[in-house]
Amino acid sequence: MALSLGFHIIFAEIGIAMPLLMVLAEWRWRRTGDAIYLQLARRWAKGTAILFAVGAVSGTVLSFELGLLWPSFMRLAGPVIGIPFALEGFAFFTEAIFLGVYLYGWKRVSPRAHVSAGLIVAVSGAASALFVVIVNAWMNTPAGVTVDAGRFTTVDPLAAMRNPSTFQQVVHMLLAAYASTGLAVAGIHAAVLLKQRGADPSGPRNTALFHRHAMMVALTVGIPAALLQPISGDTSARAVARWQPVKLAAMESLLDTQRGAPLHLVGIEIPRALSLLAFRDPDAEVQGLAAFPRDVWPPIAPVHVAFQLMVILGTLMALVCAWAAVTTLRRREIADHRRLLAALALLTPAGFIATEAGWVVTEVGRQPWIIGGIMRTGEAVTPMPGLAVPMIVFTLIYLGLAAVVAISIASLVRETT
Amino acid sequence: MIGLPEIIAGVLAVALNAYVLTGGADFGGGVWDLFATGVRRERQRELIVDSIAPIWEANHVWLIVVVVVLFTGFPAAFSILGTVMHIPLTIMLIGIVLRGSAFVFRSYGPYGQTRWGVAFAIASAITPLLLGSIIGSMATGAVADAAEKIGGAATFSEVFVRPWAAAFPAAVGFFAVALFAFLAATYLTVDAQDEELRDDFRIRGLAAAGAVFLCAAVALVLAHSAAPRVAIGVVGALLIQAATAFAAIGAIAALWLRRYRVARLAAAAQVSLILWGWLIAQYPYLIPPTLTIRDAAAPPVTLRLLVLGLAVGAVILAPSLRYLMQTFKARRPG
Repeated sequence: MALSLGFHIIFAEIGIAMPLLMVLAEWRWRRTGDAIYLQLARRWAKGTAILFAVGAVSGTVLSFELGLLWPSFMRLAGPVIGIPFALEGFAFFTEAIFLGVYLYGWKRVSPRAHVSAGLIVAVSGAASALFVVIVNAWMNTPAGVTVDAGRFTTVDPLAAMRNPSTFQQVVHMLLAAYASTGLAVAGIHAAVLLKQRGADPSGPRNTALFHRHAMMVALTVGIPAALLQPISGDTSARAVARWQPVKLAAMESLLDTQRGAPLHLVGIEIPRALSLLAFRDPDAEVQGLAAFPRDVWPPIAPVHVAFQLMVILGTLMALVCAWAAVTTLRRREIADHRRLLAALALLTPAGFIATEAGWVVTEVGRQPWIIGGIMRTGEAVTPMPGLAVPMIVFTLIYLGLAAVVAISIASLVRETT
Repeated sequence: MIGLPEIIAGVLAVALNAYVLTGGADFGGGVWDLFATGVRRERQRELIVDSIAPIWEANHVWLIVVVVVLFTGFPAAFSILGTVMHIPLTIMLIGIVLRGSAFVFRSYGPYGQTRWGVAFAIASAITPLLLGSIIGSMATGAVADAAEKIGGAATFSEVFVRPWAAAFPAAVGFFAVALFAFLAATYLTVDAQDEELRDDFRIRGLAAAGAVFLCAAVALVLAHSAAPRVAIGVVGALLIQAATAFAAIGAIAALWLRRYRVARLAAAAQVSLILWGWLIAQYPYLIPPTLTIRDAAAPPVTLRLLVLGLAVGAVILAPSLRYLMQTFKARRPG
């Protein structure tokens, strides 16, 4: 399951941000009449279609897996999380319908209707993410239920959707999707531009222009998201400090409770920074792992390492984006700036790695619970013996799907390079 | 008495019906890909892919609706099915993934329009086979039996294999394959653009109708020993029986007389009636003979929200779907 989600999260991120790129490109084309933007919009529409098709399959597998692997969890939580899942289903259906209009309707509907269809695809993709992340937020910080002897005596699905983690997690995930995908697409085109530099200037000038445009549209989405992400990360960390102190302690591998706790980043210790970040008070007390019974500790090393990785990559992305933003504001072409292009190209996979790391932080950091403080993961898993077999089967399924996406996208990218 | 749980169960049945009529026919198309023969073999395959490719995603969404409504409205039933039917459901999923990937590859892969091998066709046959077996073993009460044995002294095979790997479930499985193939063949006669192809699928449809009757007969014989509840219930619902028979004969007659649009309608009616016959036969049980619709239902507040959500969703989706259909009406063949 973890593995399936680990793959799905990447498919989903591209699926959320790609339609936005495609609509932006079409809008630029309608405004400027520059045919390159049209070419881009069509290219990205194809990418969206691939991701949507694979997302549909992988989403089906996931919804079945909930019952196949976690039957007891679903029996308990189904009435609570089913509602956001149902809403997600509708968002997905809407996306499917208007993606159909967008892909096959270039000549059939008015320009305005076509751009609107693309916008609806982008919005419903983001709405899908919203509902799914709400479920995850509820698992982290359950609300809207009263528990008695392992059963829910009252259930309020709407209150459950407004649990304390919802806002921070949803914002963080959406920004992650836009930043990761925007920078990944920009990175690919930056790499091509870099390779073409110094090549015969009388060569294929058109494709250079194509890659410039592509990179700039992708950056329009990626830069704001990457710049906002550290702020969102900071508010998320504060929410974790308040509602999931064990997770925070694991993220920082803080053993003893202390006042004025320092922040460790790649071996550098910043005094009092953790207290300051988590509670806005350099002398605030941060609870260490020792304050909690050992049987509710998550695995510390993976959570700590993943958190560091996420913060470092997020910071790098924000810095490079700030650099790119300043370059543009000074009316200089990013495409003429060799070092900036190289930095962008290097950061191509950074967003996705950071996303996976962040996902490890929130999921592994919640262990041993599947529903924070209510149900342990071990109680939720299917009683079927020999679980290694389905694990291997689902891993192979997702490796296969990843290969499908990779091969299809690669052939799409190759068409222009 | 009709309350919220029954309404949700009704929605579930309607969604399942929609999936069987749309997604089921897609699977049936895959079966004909496997059996494509004669001089027009490649043209048959092209027709199959052309008529499935643009719509399979939307068709597929119905299955997701079924699953989500099931686990929201009836979490207990979902939990039992997910546990006892783990193996057939997993194999079904592999089938679904293979088919989905086949379409992605065909449309966007570097190999262009080449077929993606027999994987697609075999997956198309296996998925409905297992879907039918799952329904069959639910009807016999084997699923409920097995669920009670979990955690006890029962062996692995008693809980996780034998409920579905038995004669009656297998018969229902083959019945489902034949039925979907029949459905697909009648749809394809309408989609086909020339007489030769149309006739190919007409003959295939008639052959499939024969297979449907054969499988139904075998299943009915087995049903008397394996699933007394279903046998009695189905006979009790005489009206539905008669209507199903009427639709079946109508579909075959129309196919014989080359009235393809009538045949398509009658075939769809026949399949829907069979589905509802089964559902009515096992009412008020969701998983007979222990778990009723009411017992499995989620708390009322969840059910109310679910109904509300479904209503609002329908209000948004219905006009959207109509818009989609209107936009592409001219494209639709036939």
